[in-house]
Amino acid sequence: MEAAVTYTSDEMMTVTAARALQDRMTCFVGIGLPSEAANLARATHAPNLVLIYESGTIGAKPDALPLSIGDGILAETADSVVGVPEIFNYWLQPGRIDVGFLGAAQIDKFGNINTTVIGGDYASPKVRLPGAGGAPEIAAACREVIVVLRQSRRTFVERVDFITSVGFGDGPGARQRLGLTGTGPQRVITDVGVLQPDPTTCELVLTGIYPGGSVADIYARTGWELQVSANLKELAPPSDIELSVLRGLVASMPASKATVVPEPASQGAA
Amino acid sequence: MAEIVSLAEAIAADVRDGDTVAMEGFTHLIPNAAGHEVIRQRRRNLTLVRMTPDVIYDQLIGAGCARKLVFSWAGNPGVGSLHRFRDAVERSWPAPLEIEEHSHAGMANRYLAGASGLPFAILRGYRGTDLPTYTAGVADIVCPFTGETLTAVAALRPDVTVIHAQRADKLGNVQYWGITGVQKEAVLAATRSVVTVEEIVDELDPRPGAVVLPSWMVTHVALAPNGAHPSYALDYSVRDNDFYVAWDAISRDRASFQTWIDEHIFTPGGSGGLSPLGEHSQWRQP
Repeated sequence: MEAAVTYTSDEMMTVTAARALQDRMTCFVGIGLPSEAANLARATHAPNLVLIYESGTIGAKPDALPLSIGDGILAETADSVVGVPEIFNYWLQPGRIDVGFLGAAQIDKFGNINTTVIGGDYASPKVRLPGAGGAPEIAAACREVIVVLRQSRRTFVERVDFITSVGFGDGPGARQRLGLTGTGPQRVITDVGVLQPDPTTCELVLTGIYPGGSVADIYARTGWELQVSANLKELAPPSDIELSVLRGLVASMPASKATVVPEPASQGAA
Repeated sequence: MAEIVSLAEAIAADVRDGDTVAMEGFTHLIPNAAGHEVIRQRRRNLTLVRMTPDVIYDQLIGAGCARKLVFSWAGNPGVGSLHRFRDAVERSWPAPLEIEEHSHAGMANRYLAGASGLPFAILRGYRGTDLPTYTAGVADIVCPFTGETLTAVAALRPDVTVIHAQRADKLGNVQYWGITGVQKEAVLAATRSVVTVEEIVDELDPRPGAVVLPSWMVTHVALAPNGAHPSYALDYSVRDNDFYVAWDAISRDRASFQTWIDEHIFTPGGSGGLSPLGEHSQWRQP
């Protein structure tokens, strides 16, 4: 009996992110959704994708998804392992890396990212997030940046509570004024669609929607007045191969029950 | 020349109340056994410095050892929040925690400046972010040759740096390999250093990609097999990912955290979450 292929919105997001990577690109990978997508790309259409993790592993070829950016499998399979000052100073800073792959807790219409604090003020925030990590310089120096996160009014806000990593700052010309060498976030890939910056306004506009999705739903998940591209496209659903490889990768992660993204919601303590 | 002593002796000698202490190791080779010893010796008012203050600093913060944290990414890698860190920042428990936060590139360069004997380092970074508004020691600097505006970050100079390595020889020369992180810079930037090792050998044979710290750069070496756990030492142990996941539940609640610390750190012969070299251990001599 033929059964329709079913998949989750997270799987659609990861597959879409993987498709944005081309073979032989160099890619600076964050942990969580970016790592899933980059490894999916390497396991399918981009076998020569160069994965670079901030732990200093260049050309890592893990056959299972790592839980952290420094799992042993990354060092053991890398073309080269370098120290942390070197990965940032020699490899990232001069603009040698094609794509930076980032997650976020909040993003605004100019693609600025917050992974630092939400609510309250800086000294006593409502939610304290992990902070910057490698993201500010990845966002500044990679030739382009892809952001992967789930879309809701909590994550897609008019203004981020804290600019941890710069997208297009306050709009056109900001990156040039700040001396940021890369082209900034060229794609924001979510569980409901794809947003890309308008070349004139630098504002993120909806350019891609998933099968069965509605623009009205995406509006409802966006905390600013979202513009929709005149060339809005419906993106192809995951193929059987993409799905089976992705599910194999996720199952291979050492602790696959782990929540792979830091939860922005405060759980509170005793 | 490094002196080879017990872990308790090394911490007693080199980590003092009020010190600025860097414990480094980027996911790999995290000196967790040394962190437990600092808790056991009840050090107070420490300024803790570390790029990724994961489980090791969550424990030190929850145990009340820290006054201030200098860092660039405070999370449980691949799992989620550091609950003791968040409780300290959001609710001042067990004590208020002053924070000074940077980016990874900034922290790495701050160590590099310290190791180089320079007052600051230069990078392209931080520009346009809100970090310089809240973080001291970050400033614009104009290149005297091109006029380009770059970012200066103040040097880090810890009183003591603590790291974990695979091996030392009997003279106290230290060797580590795999993901080597920022440990060399952190040791060279510090006034004193403690290195825990998986084993002490007669002679260090060459290893691909290894860093060797000469004995005269190290203050104390202490034997601590499996001393990185739940982190790992390449060729000796594997990362205990299950522990990182389990830490989420242990640390979420103040009472369960304190029970864990009492049982595993303060109970004589406590395991630090692992029966050392016991049935749970994946430790092996290479």
